[in-house]
Amino acid sequence: MTAWFQSFGITYEWSWLIATIIGILVIALPLMLAVAMIIYADRKIWAAIALRRGPNVVGPWGLLQSFADGLKVFLKETIIPSGANRGLFLLAPIVTFTTALIVWAVIPFDYGVVLANINVGLLYVLAASSLGVYGVIVAGWASNSKYPFFSALRAAAQMVSYEVSIGFVLICVVLYANSFNLTDIVMAQKGHKLFGLLNGYGFNPLLFPMAIVFLISSMAETFRTPFDLVEAESELVAGHQTEYSSMSFALFWLGEYGNVILMCALNALLFWGGWLPPVNWAPLYTIPLLGWSAGPIWLFLKMGFFFFVFSWVKATVPRYRYDQLMRLGWKIFLPLSLLFVVIISGWLMFSRYGGAA
Amino acid sequence: MIALLSFYLFATVMLASAVCVIFSRNPVHSVLWLILAFFNAAGLMLLVGAEFIAMLLVIVYVGAVAVLFLFVVMMLDIDFAELRSGFSRNLPFGIIIAIILFAEMFFAVRAWQAGPVLSAASAPEATQPNIVALGQVLYSRFLYPFEIAGLILLVAMIGAIVLTHRSRGDVRGQKISKQVDRRPEDAIKLENPTVGEGMKL
Repeated sequence: MTAWFQSFGITYEWSWLIATIIGILVIALPLMLAVAMIIYADRKIWAAIALRRGPNVVGPWGLLQSFADGLKVFLKETIIPSGANRGLFLLAPIVTFTTALIVWAVIPFDYGVVLANINVGLLYVLAASSLGVYGVIVAGWASNSKYPFFSALRAAAQMVSYEVSIGFVLICVVLYANSFNLTDIVMAQKGHKLFGLLNGYGFNPLLFPMAIVFLISSMAETFRTPFDLVEAESELVAGHQTEYSSMSFALFWLGEYGNVILMCALNALLFWGGWLPPVNWAPLYTIPLLGWSAGPIWLFLKMGFFFFVFSWVKATVPRYRYDQLMRLGWKIFLPLSLLFVVIISGWLMFSRYGGAA
Repeated sequence: MIALLSFYLFATVMLASAVCVIFSRNPVHSVLWLILAFFNAAGLMLLVGAEFIAMLLVIVYVGAVAVLFLFVVMMLDIDFAELRSGFSRNLPFGIIIAIILFAEMFFAVRAWQAGPVLSAASAPEATQPNIVALGQVLYSRFLYPFEIAGLILLVAMIGAIVLTHRSRGDVRGQKISKQVDRRPEDAIKLENPTVGEGMKL
């Protein structure tokens, strides 16, 4: 697109800027729509598992429920508690929302379809997702209220704990792919297992346990049930969101669900072949008749599947106790992922470099 | 042009937030300004092409160190009057540190003006990604310093655990394996008591 703008006689720099801004809008606006629909899907799946109907009044099959909720929230008054730290109180939801959006810059939707194809893509994802905790901590502190503050402390401890094991899991993937670039990681999964028949690291017996650890850790990282200790309503009212209303509350929700979709995308990209079809068979790579690349469809299908798993777990698994959460993170996932880093690097040393140190 | 604009943006915001770290009255605000300064430093690193260092700065300092820092500062019960009462007592120390810092900055600027340390004024054009270059150097030429640094960190970690770990005798922790191992035969007893006679448990 940069070249297209250059053809109008604009310099390279400015056409790059315009093209990038358009790229950002092309990703961010559908993402907002996806968040609205995914909240609807979440409620429908949850309702179906609980033998309820779920949202079914606004629009056909209740499809417009999220938009109605959005409108309602938009029309409400933004209340700032008198004891709150005004600036930080308003900043916190913005931080949550922004950090949920910026990670999408490096997520590839098809080969070459990515806003920023940078060498350190995976590190960028880690860096940006580690920023997300600030929204919760700052909200908890700035609210000047007990429950949000407890929530902030829980959030900080939980995020830091699970990021450790996520880091080790990512190292396993990077060792196999030989790259931090997300596009390269996906391309390295092409024909990875069963004589080049299956696409995806998840089919590798050494990496499958890591895929499971990553799935569970990503639930903990996004504060989804059964790890939603941060907003456990029986203990902390609504956690860090207790004092929020109107759009500042809505921004938390948008950010949270944006993060959930992001984690689904990462699960798909890192372990299950991203935009590649699960089976390495040529007709699956294009849409029949049209001849377009089927990449984005495969990615969205995989993301949809992982989102269903997230909802399924949310509807069926009871909430963890805080010590159980910490035990899982530090005493099970951390040693397990560390062990697999050793095993995988040893196996790769043996199989790729002939065991020579 | 855009690179220049972003340089001035990052540099200005970094300096401004660094000043705010010192001048803001609330310690929590100070930590948050510090985080903003880290973040803009990472942006400057990106501009000179050190993308790995930039990401590491954000992951390690912003994502881990500053979170714990913020955590501790938030839980402190800060009494501003008490903080100010120590001002005159700590003044000599403060002045000494200020003089040392000023002297270092003075020499750094003078040395920089005297000419570049390396023969090449700017970094050579990168032909491979940062991480690859760094990995090759770390695991060949600087292998021993790197391994020693790792060992020191390991010792520090074990030391921190040893210093803070205490075993309390009055706590009954949950033993999950014991709970899972429990069979119905051990836990349930079926009795058929006759009328008028109690049960002996």
